[in-house]
Amino acid sequence: MDLTFDAEHEEFRAEARAWLRAHVPHEPLPSLDTAAGFEAHRAWETALFSDRWSVVSWPIEFGGRGVGIMAWLVFEEEYYRARAPKRVSQNGIFLLGPTLLEYGTPAQKERFLPPMASGEEIWCQGWSEPDAGSDLAAIRSRATRNAGGDGWLLNGQKTWASRGAFADWCFGIFRTDPQAERHRGLTYFLVAMDAPGVTVRPIPQIDGETGFAEIFFENVEVPDAQVLGDEDAGWSVAMSTAGSERGLSLRSPARYTKAAARLIDLFDQRGAPPMAADAVARAYMDAEAYRLHTYWTASQVARGHAVGPEASCNKIFWSETDVQIHETALALLGPEAELLESGSPGEWLDGYLFSLAGPIYAGTNQIQRNVVAERLLGLPRG
Amino acid sequence: MDFSFSDEQVELRHAVRHALAREFPLDALRVTVQTTADERAERAGARWRMLAELGAPALLVPETAGGLGLSDVDLVGVLEEAGWSALPEPLLETAGLAAPMLATLLPVAPAAGALHALVSGKAPLAVGGIDIGPGGPSSPTAVTPDGMLRTPRVVGARTATVYLLACRDPDSGWQLHAVPAADCTLAPTPTLDGTRDLSTVHWPLSSETLLAYGVAAEASVGLMADRGAAGSAALLIGLADRMITMAADYAKERHQFGKPVGSFQAVKHLLADARVKLEFARPATYRAAWSLASAQPSVSHDASMAKAMASDAADLAARVALQVHGAIGYTWECDLHFFMKRAWALSATWGDAATHRQLVLAQARRRGVPARRSDPGT
Repeated sequence: MDLTFDAEHEEFRAEARAWLRAHVPHEPLPSLDTAAGFEAHRAWETALFSDRWSVVSWPIEFGGRGVGIMAWLVFEEEYYRARAPKRVSQNGIFLLGPTLLEYGTPAQKERFLPPMASGEEIWCQGWSEPDAGSDLAAIRSRATRNAGGDGWLLNGQKTWASRGAFADWCFGIFRTDPQAERHRGLTYFLVAMDAPGVTVRPIPQIDGETGFAEIFFENVEVPDAQVLGDEDAGWSVAMSTAGSERGLSLRSPARYTKAAARLIDLFDQRGAPPMAADAVARAYMDAEAYRLHTYWTASQVARGHAVGPEASCNKIFWSETDVQIHETALALLGPEAELLESGSPGEWLDGYLFSLAGPIYAGTNQIQRNVVAERLLGLPRG
Repeated sequence: MDFSFSDEQVELRHAVRHALAREFPLDALRVTVQTTADERAERAGARWRMLAELGAPALLVPETAGGLGLSDVDLVGVLEEAGWSALPEPLLETAGLAAPMLATLLPVAPAAGALHALVSGKAPLAVGGIDIGPGGPSSPTAVTPDGMLRTPRVVGARTATVYLLACRDPDSGWQLHAVPAADCTLAPTPTLDGTRDLSTVHWPLSSETLLAYGVAAEASVGLMADRGAAGSAALLIGLADRMITMAADYAKERHQFGKPVGSFQAVKHLLADARVKLEFARPATYRAAWSLASAQPSVSHDASMAKAMASDAADLAARVALQVHGAIGYTWECDLHFFMKRAWALSATWGDAATHRQLVLAQARRRGVPARRSDPGT
């Protein structure tokens, strides 16, 4: 056991820190949930990519640096330390990317990974439907063989697609065999958002911005080359994405340790009110514990072990830690918490609204608790 | 960065689990409480010999002094197993606190004597006189009218032959003593737990038993407090794991409305919450062990964080396990209460969760943390 990073990782850290210091915009970019902000964030992705910082853990041939999971964590620590912009391409690079690397054909990897890494093509996720949220296997959007037999026709509706209002591509699962048992008969598709028959209806979120969207599919033609994994095997392919989402790759711990450090600064600025001390300490420790847990999991992976069912605890913990950090900050701000000013307190309010989505998306925390109880504690399914 | 245990560390831990399962099955806990003092002492002696055969008490003693020369990272899993089985013997006090402290003070004669007693494996050492409060370590040791010292809640005094005792004088500071049991009078204190060996010890202050004083004693006490917090965190993790496991097993067997109660989401979510809390307290506890083993500047912070999180995890596990068991869990007949009571006791000793949160926050605010070689900073 050794909780220090070796010289090679420290060198990598210094390199990342120097690059970020030189390149992170001094002024925050406009919100990525606006058209202008989306493009500004795309340009940032391109800047990252041009010096190979957008997907450091990917193979070199697809625009990455081929570094291991620990180096990726180091990069993330530096990224949040530098207060660099949000990753507009996160659905692509963190969710679809790893799935493509595992299930994609060589041609698919070649076609989709480099523009994903460069920000040229930004992806959204088409999973949820009006009647398939927590019960994801209830998906009804259909894919049927086209007349030529060389592709598919998609019909149906997806919803709550984050960044769907402005994204270029969508990955989603569609029902290909309506007779099959719920989790079978689903297939994973990659769809261009400008394909004929795709209609996007942006949905304003509680912050008033159009962070997510409904996507309607009406006889959308998709070639076989845009099926990821085997026909009717979409559920297991999708679960590999869900594993990324709930497990290691979507929520790097640096995000929370950085927020907790800002919370302690805020606590000090507000005169360290004793009433808030316990909550501040809890928020700080939970962020720190998530960081340690991530190192623990990454060390198991580095030793060649698979990520175990313990990973199902992650999403509950990081999402609720995020809410707690922001709730504590708003309590410290008191009556100023409602002010939409730039900088603090406005940032804390933004962050709070954003954090509230965490326990809902990527499988609600109630579903996650079922998973923990069933997979980790062996309790019977209800 | 390699945050994992070696194969040897995992093997040691498994060996301890199997040995404890064999020598100390669940019903032995009940015997500890319900039998005669003689029988209790005999069984405790047998268990200690078994632990000594595994090398557990002298794990942190250097090989040159007859120990195994291992580190806190090796010990943490052993302590977790002691928690899992609710072992009554003072393994933390002997192996985790006394052994490394005595080893660092070795040239001092009383330390050599005490360490010799420890390495012989015949009996545990008792430890007392250090508490942790919001201001850090404090001593509950008081001077009595007859000029003796009185230390409450000394752990392991009934079986130990040497007591490691601390006192603190407002003017001259800390002193640490290794006092032969024969020089002390002791008043065993009944406790809720019923299996923990706690006594009030009256002892004479003598230069012959002095291990350290002043700055050296303060440093030793500080480190013992960190080890007390980190070690009890490991015990609490084991206890929490055991209680969650007991409750989950029960929830699979117990049927209501024609189904196992564990199939109901209300029950699942209670257990999931306890399991999640345990999951994240564990790495904090292992990190504290590593910080102790490698003498990190952040060791107090890390030990406090471990104790705060492990105490909370064990307290929640106890509440949830009782609720999931329902009325049967409230009975003496069900084994659960032994684990709950031990968890309550340990959760409150070496500083409770709220105390350690204050300590952690004070250190985090000073930006002394994380002060490691590769501090990612803020």
